[in-house]
Amino acid sequence: MNVQFKIWRGDASGGAFQDYTAECSEGMVVLDAVHQIQRTQANDLACRWNCKAGKCGSCSAEVNGMPKLMCMARLSDLPLDRLVTIEPMKAFPVVKDLITDVSWNFLVKRRIKPFKPRPPDAPDGTWRMQQADIDRVQEFRKCIECFLCQDVCHVLRDHQMHNKFIGPRFLIHVAALEMHPLDTEDRLEELRNAQGIGYCNITKCCTKVCPENIEITDNGIIPLKERVVDKFYDPFGWFWRWLKRRQDRQRLNPV
Amino acid sequence: MADYETHEHDVLVIGAGGAGLRAAIEASAAGAEVGLVCKSLLGKAHTVMAEGGIAAALANVDERDNWKVHFADTMRGGQYVNQWRMAELHAKEAPDRVRELEAWGAVFDRTEDGRILQRNFGGHKYPRLAHVGDRTGLEMIRTLQDHGVHRGIDVHMEHTILSILKDGDRAVGAFGYERERGRFKIFRAKAIVLATGGIGRAYKITSNSWEYTGDGHSLAYEAGAELIDMEFVQFHPTGMVWPPSVMGILVTEGVRGEGGILTNQEGRRFMFDEIPENYRAQTADNEEEGWRYCQGDKNARRPPELLTRDHIARCIVREIKEGRGSPHGGVYLDISWIKQKLPDAAEYIKRKLPSMYHQFKQLADIDITEQPMEVGPTTHYIMGGIHVDPDTQMSRVPGLFASGECAAGINGANRLGGNSLSDLLVFGKRAGEFAARFAKDNSLGKIDSPSRTDAIDIIAREALAPFESRDRGNENPYEIQKDLQELMQDKVGIVRTESEMQVALEQLKKLKERANRSGIVGHREFNPGWHTALDLKNLLTVSEVITRAALERKESRGAQFREDYPNKDEKFSKVNTMISKADDGSMRIRLEPLPEMPDYLKRVVEENG
Repeated sequence: MNVQFKIWRGDASGGAFQDYTAECSEGMVVLDAVHQIQRTQANDLACRWNCKAGKCGSCSAEVNGMPKLMCMARLSDLPLDRLVTIEPMKAFPVVKDLITDVSWNFLVKRRIKPFKPRPPDAPDGTWRMQQADIDRVQEFRKCIECFLCQDVCHVLRDHQMHNKFIGPRFLIHVAALEMHPLDTEDRLEELRNAQGIGYCNITKCCTKVCPENIEITDNGIIPLKERVVDKFYDPFGWFWRWLKRRQDRQRLNPV
Repeated sequence: MADYETHEHDVLVIGAGGAGLRAAIEASAAGAEVGLVCKSLLGKAHTVMAEGGIAAALANVDERDNWKVHFADTMRGGQYVNQWRMAELHAKEAPDRVRELEAWGAVFDRTEDGRILQRNFGGHKYPRLAHVGDRTGLEMIRTLQDHGVHRGIDVHMEHTILSILKDGDRAVGAFGYERERGRFKIFRAKAIVLATGGIGRAYKITSNSWEYTGDGHSLAYEAGAELIDMEFVQFHPTGMVWPPSVMGILVTEGVRGEGGILTNQEGRRFMFDEIPENYRAQTADNEEEGWRYCQGDKNARRPPELLTRDHIARCIVREIKEGRGSPHGGVYLDISWIKQKLPDAAEYIKRKLPSMYHQFKQLADIDITEQPMEVGPTTHYIMGGIHVDPDTQMSRVPGLFASGECAAGINGANRLGGNSLSDLLVFGKRAGEFAARFAKDNSLGKIDSPSRTDAIDIIAREALAPFESRDRGNENPYEIQKDLQELMQDKVGIVRTESEMQVALEQLKKLKERANRSGIVGHREFNPGWHTALDLKNLLTVSEVITRAALERKESRGAQFREDYPNKDEKFSKVNTMISKADDGSMRIRLEPLPEMPDYLKRVVEENG
């Protein structure tokens, strides 16, 4: 059957939707249609893709207004009596057609303090961890960096606060590091200030679009917010740490 | 010479999958200033698709495992045409490379006592694959990427290299373009590591993405390096076959490692029908024993579904050809049957094979905890590649190193599942280490003499030729690529024969002529039509190399099955096919004797027979 598509064509200076028709067969996904249009009608139509199986997170775009991986969006799940619209992600600057400049994400990651393990547990330089203690971290590490959560986050999408807020992808990255049983680094100060965790007001839009079904808000961001609150706003906790620091100092430099 | 943006690095790594990243990290750790060229965005390379695990004899699950058993398994799987020294280094060093990933933050699944868990895989005697569910490649690439970005590596994302630049015999740089603006760039470097992966896009049914067009193979060949074993293309036995749009997408061997079985239309476990002689002693002869093996019974032998990939792919083709296939031209792979054995089977499957569950549910409306999957062979990997020194990974071109899939030697005629990820780590590290050393001992080469600058201008002009489409005939590059893929699939696929491959050579000539007439619309900025046209050259080169090597090896061994020579031939048991570019520009092929295996390794092979 023939399906009608409206695909955004253009670059940073502007663009418009163009209509295309693709011949669609059983099981096809949006990316198949884009490839068919590219091969037969618009050789220069730009889109990113790699694995075509929801594992690499390259083909992120907005399909009928919803942020999706094109390779996992089945045509049969869309209302095909209407035009299917495909457009680039909105939270990032357009490069060309369906391609956006996502380089900001790579810069953000470089600024997050890396993994810093405790000394090995065994003489052969290895560690011991229980599966139950890493289930949560493994959930976060399923992230394929498609940046759909960044795209849908209103702090980035509507308010363009890229310089004050790292977005759900990187809050999850920090969460995976902070909850890693071997990690010894402390990232809470940056989380509170430079990384702007306070800007997240838990609307859970990120969780809804995550193709890996990571519970970004409930399992990642909220526990991180709690850690920040515990460290910086809880008067008992604050007093306790102050006392402990003083004791440590006295132990190290007895009067 | 026209004015090109120029970058200078001590070590330039081309390719940013597991091998490229590992090489970049190592070179950087050795004090080199490193440039890393990715064809896609960082972290999207094909390593991300690897599912089952990393093979390393950690002996966490079965204490009988050690490097010797791993070495013997690898050699047997490769039908003894592997470069023994690479197989030895690989087996010895893989455990350290895996532990190192843990030190860099990777979170592998755990054993009861908290160590790295290992799973069963085809051709491996003991449970050997360190894994994270069925997304091990993602864990590996992300760990390397996150570790690497804090090392000050200069990453050039979405760049493609068109040519290696030389100063005399030595490789001294690379010339390519950046995708976003379509501008050409020169990279000058004291040493270069190729880590560009495979050639899967030469075939119609493939698990590989658009990137795998044999770039490193072709660049090295043009630069004067030798390619070996190129006839050995691995067809992974289990790719998706339905619906048509997902044909070829990989179904991990981990499904069989966790107890999945292969059946035909009649419901028969056909893998029991033919067990190769050299695996008979290690293979279960009844279903019950096979299941006990998957459950960790150390006295049981492994089920025939865990034989090597070459053999299983051929058995599947046989079932389909003889009319016992599934409705959509595959066979059945069933993991749901384990609910007869395990009380919480559905949960177990979802936990151990989450992305398979997800993939079939979303793309094929199949619930793998309830129904069998339909699978068939898919082009997955090439054992052949750039001939390198086993220890240093340098090719015969000074300063040009290679590692990972685009290099060759460790796998011989067939690669064992899980040996690729460990190969990337072991030889990525070595390539980085020795490239950094080479860079210390050498200064930047010259690229500015008139003959060299003219050569660069010619490459640039040729690369832009598809824009002059009106004078060339305006062939659609996508259609040429599609025709090439169909040709290779039909004529140089799983089952090969002299006459068909001769036809393929003739057709390849015609495709080359068509590629010279390819024309494109639009401008240079992020134009996939142009990129497809440029990739054709490499695809055509590797397709011809594969065909010529397959013609030369007049026997069936490992991944190469010749209908006209269906048996192994002693004459080919101690040689590699070796192809290089002759001075007149033609492909020169010869049979190169394998280095003699030293006695201590011969004993290892015998003891682990």
